Amino acid sequence: MAQALEAKPDVEMILGLGTKEPKVPLERTEFVRSDQKYSILSRIVRATQVDTIVHTFLETNSTAVSSRVLHEINVIGTLNLLAAAGAAGASVRKVVVKSSTHIYGTAEQDPTWFREEDARTGPVRTRLERSLLEVESLVRDFAEDNPQLAVTVLRFANVLGTDIITPISHNLRRRRLPCIAGFDPLVQFVEEDDVVRALEFVTANRLPGFFNVAGEGKLPWSEVASIGGAHLVPLPPVRPRLFAAPLERVGLIQFPAELDGLVRFGRGVDTSRLRNAGFEYRYSSAGTVRSFARANNLRRATGGSGEEYRYEQDVEQFFRHSPAVVRGVDT
Amino acid sequence: MSADQGDTGTARPAGYPDDADLIEAIVEHAEATRADSVDTADAPSPPELTGATVSYLPVATRRPGVDLPPPDEARRSDVDEWGRSEHMRTLVRRLYDPIYKYWFRVEWEGLEKIPSVGGALLIANHAGAIPSDAPAIMHGIETELGRPVYGLADYFFRTVPVVGTLWSRTGGVPAHPDNAFRLLHDQQQLAMVFPEGTKATSKTYADRYRLRRFGRGGFVEIAMRAGVPVVPIAVVGAEESMPILFRLPRVAKALNLPYFPVTVNSLLLGPLGYVTYFPSKFKLRVLDPVTFDVEPGLERYSRSRVMDEAERIRATMQDALHDMLRERRSVWLG
Repeated sequence: MAQALEAKPDVEMILGLGTKEPKVPLERTEFVRSDQKYSILSRIVRATQVDTIVHTFLETNSTAVSSRVLHEINVIGTLNLLAAAGAAGASVRKVVVKSSTHIYGTAEQDPTWFREEDARTGPVRTRLERSLLEVESLVRDFAEDNPQLAVTVLRFANVLGTDIITPISHNLRRRRLPCIAGFDPLVQFVEEDDVVRALEFVTANRLPGFFNVAGEGKLPWSEVASIGGAHLVPLPPVRPRLFAAPLERVGLIQFPAELDGLVRFGRGVDTSRLRNAGFEYRYSSAGTVRSFARANNLRRATGGSGEEYRYEQDVEQFFRHSPAVVRGVDT
Repeated sequence: MSADQGDTGTARPAGYPDDADLIEAIVEHAEATRADSVDTADAPSPPELTGATVSYLPVATRRPGVDLPPPDEARRSDVDEWGRSEHMRTLVRRLYDPIYKYWFRVEWEGLEKIPSVGGALLIANHAGAIPSDAPAIMHGIETELGRPVYGLADYFFRTVPVVGTLWSRTGGVPAHPDNAFRLLHDQQQLAMVFPEGTKATSKTYADRYRLRRFGRGGFVEIAMRAGVPVVPIAVVGAEESMPILFRLPRVAKALNLPYFPVTVNSLLLGPLGYVTYFPSKFKLRVLDPVTFDVEPGLERYSRSRVMDEAERIRATMQDALHDMLRERRSVWLG
């Protein structure tokens, strides 16, 4: 995201905030290490007078963190972020929040395509959904209280890409895809590049409101396995998580609660709102899976994704601020 | 037994609301339509369509005039965004065609009234414990008209393993107003719906050919919003293919099913009876399409108008059914 923003000459300054150091080389981005809850953000906002905050740190992978940490990151983090953005005299004009289509849940009564204003039809079953709902209600209240700010929420469908790790990508990398016997629902995907481009798009344009982001088309779960070169691992329709637990334990598959609903009923979101705003996707849903499968093949063949980058504070400081460095020469 | 079925219908229109005036009006209307049909009997009959042009060629999934998205070369199957697969449909058509032709001997009347271009909402009366009319209608239209039909049905199907997936691949779509609007308006497809719902398929043989309440008239509202005509289809024969003697509500509850029927088929054939239909003669009559001169795309329509239109369509279908039953001499031979 920061790399994409750096390429734009009209962006004056970019400030990165995260718990881990960046894994990609960044030219102009100033990076600040923070804790998961963004507690220092309000000081940064006051000190730097930023006008746009892009909140990409919502955790949507419930296998990566415990439910407690999930709550800390998503709800408390967002709370701090919004508090910083809405503080009296704050310079912020725009807030972009990255959410997920998991918020719609999955139920048999679902429409085939969810529009942004549609409410979920089923009860809240997973802690991830609960945390996302809480975050979005915070954001909604914030947008209502601060009408002078453009608050954009992007709800991304299942993201696939080389850099992001989700339960689905974890499974596809190991060439095993859990499914529920007798079910073959339709799903959507969005490519990592399109995620970044969508965030960039709403950062560059003033588009308040909620937007679904998903690649064109839907494809059956079995086709995901076939394009991705994975074997389907069928689980029984009754209590599949119970049967998946030992397989998860030995690291064969990942099958979190939110996948249970997804591979049973699938989910589709209507993406016409963002499309009508002028955004163009590079990848379709099926294209996303194919591109992921190709990157996966390469990774397996060469044993790594290629270039490695290590962020070193001192070196970065030297390159950016030392008068000894000659500007405009490719280092 | 079959000979007096028509009389049963006209003598005791008990399925109607207990409004004497309304019943009178309907009976009058029935007589009027009967007179019409006698008049038209002299006119040259439309060309016989049944069985003449059956083909297994793939049906074009989109109609001309609707802009086609370029095919996605990353795809590996032909499952569309609704879950329908043309390959699967072709296979099912090949398997079902003998049943359609030689078991039910399906005969259509007025098939030309179904639009060959543009969206339309097809509605029909529903019957048989495990409905035998839906596949017959879908098969008939797809083979004779060469355009796909999406069957809108209860989302209950989605929860059943295998069945739900097969249903989706063969053109089933959960009946959600948004889904119907997208199919009919945005994609100009044919969608089929049974407005009576499970109230019709769960009724016992004693109530045969008596139309249940047409839900809350939702189908009229959907057609109004999408700006498409409603094409009613009257089906005769499905009731006798799997007649229900009585229902077991407790078993249904235990199995989490909408209803659990005990059919004549199951008494004669045991569990096999739930997959075997009696070879009753199917006759399908397509009635005149109903258009509504209202502005499409509105969020809500006048409730009274919607209910009136739904009731009018119901009455027309009931009349058509009585008319067809009057002309029927045998359940098995037609």
